[in-house]
Amino acid sequence: MADLSNSFVGIKSPNPFWLASAPPTDKEYNVVRAFQAGWGGVVWKTLGDGDPVVNVNGPRYGATHGKDRQLTGFNNIELITDRPLQLNLQEIKRVKKNWPDRALVVSLMVPCEEENWASILKLVEETEADGVELNFGCPHGMSERGMGAAVGQVPEYIEMVTRWCKKHTRMPVIVKLTPNITDIRQPARAAHKGGADAVSLINTVNSITSVDLDAMAPEPAVDGKGTHGGYCGPAVKPMALNMVAEIARDAETRGLPISGIGGVTTWRDAAEFMALGAGNVQVCTAAMTYGFKIVEEMISGLSDWMDEKGYASIDQFVGRAVPNVTDWQYLNLNYIAKAKIDQETCIKCGRCHIACEDTSHQAIATTINGDRGFEVIDAECVGCNLCVNVCPVEGCITMEAMTPGMVDPRTGRTVEPTYANWTTHPNNPNRVAVPAQ
Amino acid sequence: MTDVASGPDIACGRLPAEAYLDNFTDLHPPLDAHEAVVEADRCYFCFDAPCTQACPTSIDIPLFIRQISTGNDTGSAKTIFASNILGGMCARVCPTETLCEEACVRMEAEGKPVKIGLLQRHATDHFLETRPKSFATRAPETGKTVAIVGGGPAGLSCAHRLAELGHAVTIYDAKEKLGGLNEYGIAAYKTVDGFAQAEVDFILSVGGITVEAGKALGRDFTLADLKVKHDAVFLAMGLAGVNALRLEGEEMEGVLDAVDYIARLRQADDLATLPVGRRVVVIGGGMTAIDIAVQMKRLGAEDVTIAYRRGAGEMKASPYEQELALTNGVVIRHWMRPAALIGAHGRVSSIVLEGTRPGDDGRLEGTGETLRLEVDQVFKAIGQTFLDAPLLGAVPKLEGGRIEVDEDGRTSVDGVWAGGDCVAGGEDLTVAAVADGKRAADAIHRSFGL
Ligand SMILES: Cc1cc2nc3c(=O)[nH]c(=O)nc-3n(C[C@H](O)[C@H](O)[C@H](O)COP(=O)(O)OP(=O)(O)OC[C@H]3O[C@@H](n4cnc5c(N)ncnc54)[C@H](O)[C@@H]3O)c2cc1C
Ligand SMILES: Cc1cc2nc3c(=O)[nH]c(=O)nc-3n(C[C@H](O)[C@H](O)[C@H](O)COP(=O)(O)O)c2cc1C
Ligand code: SF4
Repeated sequence: MADLSNSFVGIKSPNPFWLASAPPTDKEYNVVRAFQAGWGGVVWKTLGDGDPVVNVNGPRYGATHGKDRQLTGFNNIELITDRPLQLNLQEIKRVKKNWPDRALVVSLMVPCEEENWASILKLVEETEADGVELNFGCPHGMSERGMGAAVGQVPEYIEMVTRWCKKHTRMPVIVKLTPNITDIRQPARAAHKGGADAVSLINTVNSITSVDLDAMAPEPAVDGKGTHGGYCGPAVKPMALNMVAEIARDAETRGLPISGIGGVTTWRDAAEFMALGAGNVQVCTAAMTYGFKIVEEMISGLSDWMDEKGYASIDQFVGRAVPNVTDWQYLNLNYIAKAKIDQETCIKCGRCHIACEDTSHQAIATTINGDRGFEVIDAECVGCNLCVNVCPVEGCITMEAMTPGMVDPRTGRTVEPTYANWTTHPNNPNRVAVPAQ
Repeated sequence: MTDVASGPDIACGRLPAEAYLDNFTDLHPPLDAHEAVVEADRCYFCFDAPCTQACPTSIDIPLFIRQISTGNDTGSAKTIFASNILGGMCARVCPTETLCEEACVRMEAEGKPVKIGLLQRHATDHFLETRPKSFATRAPETGKTVAIVGGGPAGLSCAHRLAELGHAVTIYDAKEKLGGLNEYGIAAYKTVDGFAQAEVDFILSVGGITVEAGKALGRDFTLADLKVKHDAVFLAMGLAGVNALRLEGEEMEGVLDAVDYIARLRQADDLATLPVGRRVVVIGGGMTAIDIAVQMKRLGAEDVTIAYRRGAGEMKASPYEQELALTNGVVIRHWMRPAALIGAHGRVSSIVLEGTRPGDDGRLEGTGETLRLEVDQVFKAIGQTFLDAPLLGAVPKLEGGRIEVDEDGRTSVDGVWAGGDCVAGGEDLTVAAVADGKRAADAIHRSFGL
């Protein structure tokens, strides 16, 4: 049986599944239930200083759904914890004492003054929590007050606050990044420069999930008006994966531990984040949708997959996919693939044809020997993958690589066995003689 | 019209050879991979799931379905086996329409439950086909030994659990093959391709289980012998007797016991060798009645009629099973009971049925109206009985003719537990027998106080 135990910036947990800082981690009651259910760790709901924040008293969540009400994305306009600081600290201390084998990290967000950070760090240290996470990501409400994403969007602030925190605490400092920026590498580099032990990402994405066309107001509306919220859940996973990969392969931040967050719903999502360099994952929406029990699926799924693949421990596959993430300019232009439709499984709906015919390369014929049937015209197919993506039958259309020496009927050119990319291409005004890798 | 004097019309090989294959192939073909994930996606992962509550073995259904939907069929099967080591057979034979699937909240919502049985089969088939290593972890030997009498679902489930817990188990079974009614009773189209034995092999692969096949309690050894040799005994002998019609002529040729006939059918290498009457009447209203009726029809009988003494609602066979009979061309006559068997030369040739109705006191009474049907075979399927003869007088306390047990399966005799069809108050289902075996194993384990 695979060993799922995890050590992230020295913080140990029995498995790599942590709950992200959010409502599931706002109280001792919830966190204890989570630990009972098997979660490896939690990042406690973000603490602030001064008087507790207030939340709206109307709806604070919105969502997007599939046609069978499967939740595909989730949106919130909630703030950080609205419970008194002292109460949270007492509970954190008690939980850590009762659950010493689980990771307990405390998320923090206070005004951008050194003494605010210094004093809250001192309070957290007294709880014996394992570490802190700096919430530079909350995209609504708190950002209007110069905190959360307002800090996370300015790399200089990130660096400054991170440095203060490292100065004032012995605890590991994880910097949580907002995705509401143009280039995720900038804030990650800033955190790194400030001395962060790790980054975690993503926090939520600015969003309006839908508009009520009768009330002419965005959802969720509070007394007729709405505001942008933060989007999360399955829909944001592709964006989060990319951002994790960008940081993992950036020369300036290479080796910086990453906690992967954003749409993790199954063991497979977690394995994907980890393959792209995340040392563990954090989960919020999936728990809020299905309850804490889903961690059982994640644990068994990851363990069974590791057994099947022969990975004895987590570090054996973390980051394994990173070397295969590259820039477009380095992709092999001599690799030529053609779509192939399996006539046995094709149900003849014609979606591949119409997508290709109307919007792409006119490379799928509509008859086979005079009867309705769909077949790829190799002389037109550029291998774009659109038909594969729109086909309702999984595995019916595949992309088949041409072997070197064959002649591509579209270009009339022989498929080369060598690797060649844009850096040497004749059309590239800045081409070089030997392809850069 | 057949001339009665010319004798009954009973023949072998009524059908062309291919027809047997078609008729006795899987009743419900397995889901393919795509169907399985689409179906799995319909599960809501309910809180404190009603389906799990409805399963006698309490399989964590939402979890195993979620594992299918995330591509982890192996883990899904492990979830199933953790609660029910015969999850593969149960997936085939459970009347899910009265168990888990009836409880599915989708029933409430749209009348279409998640196909739990077929999903369970999907996962367990995958596991038995691939046999991943990561299973069957046996606790260290405890030095305790347990005797199990009967290797049907109850005995097998008890044996597996005890073996997992580190005890040494011996299963004694009168028959040559283990499996009990899984091997000799379940309708052939519910468990094709030798699945029952494949499952037995899988269960025994846990280790620590010795099989004494062809050894019958009461013939080859006594309960007292077992108590001397073992630290505990689990009785799981099923029901060896059958109820009689109590009519004159019952011993005539052509009047058959349905369970015996099905056992023969299940063991036949060639179904074309079975004698099949042209006109068949089945007496009874349970699963056995439906099974024999449908199987006779599929063996080529022309007319098959089930006569049941009460209405459709009282039948022990579920509405789904009744429908299965009807769609197979079986005629079900409700409110009819057998009144006389008529024959010539020692062979049955017709049966007289009498109409029935509930009397004022709720008991059944005859209406006096009769119907005579010409028959070539009459099958008795009016229930089985527990035979205590093998216990040779050392019989635990009985209740309603079956062994009385407490909720742990403990009998009135010290150190002797019992479960499955042979105990009182059960449901006479495979899954219920599995649950009994598991529960008794845990209780036996606790009784050792290790
Ligand atoms: C025709 C038929 C169809 C059925 N179909 C279904 C169905 O579709 N779905 C469902 O859920 N249930 C079905 N059932 C019920 C189900 O098969 C039983 O409830 C279940 O098999 C009971 O398990 P068991 O272990 O208690 O007994 P059994 O399966 O009867 O096993 C008892 C075992 O004990 C052995 N034995 C008996 N006497 C002795 C002795 N003296 N010494 C040693 N060994 C002995 C027998 O050889 C046998 O192996 C059906 C039953 C019948 C008869
Ligand atoms: C209702 C809600 C409240 C949240 N509150 C916080 C918070 O207080 N601090 C924080 O760092 N992130 C907060 N988040 C963001 C989550 O921690 C997480 O980064 C995000 O939801 C993406 O993960 P997911 O797709 O698994 O939900 C919140 C998210 C939700 C849905
Ligand atoms: S269907 Fe009923 S139980 Fe399920 S979420 Fe809705 S209200 Fe709750």
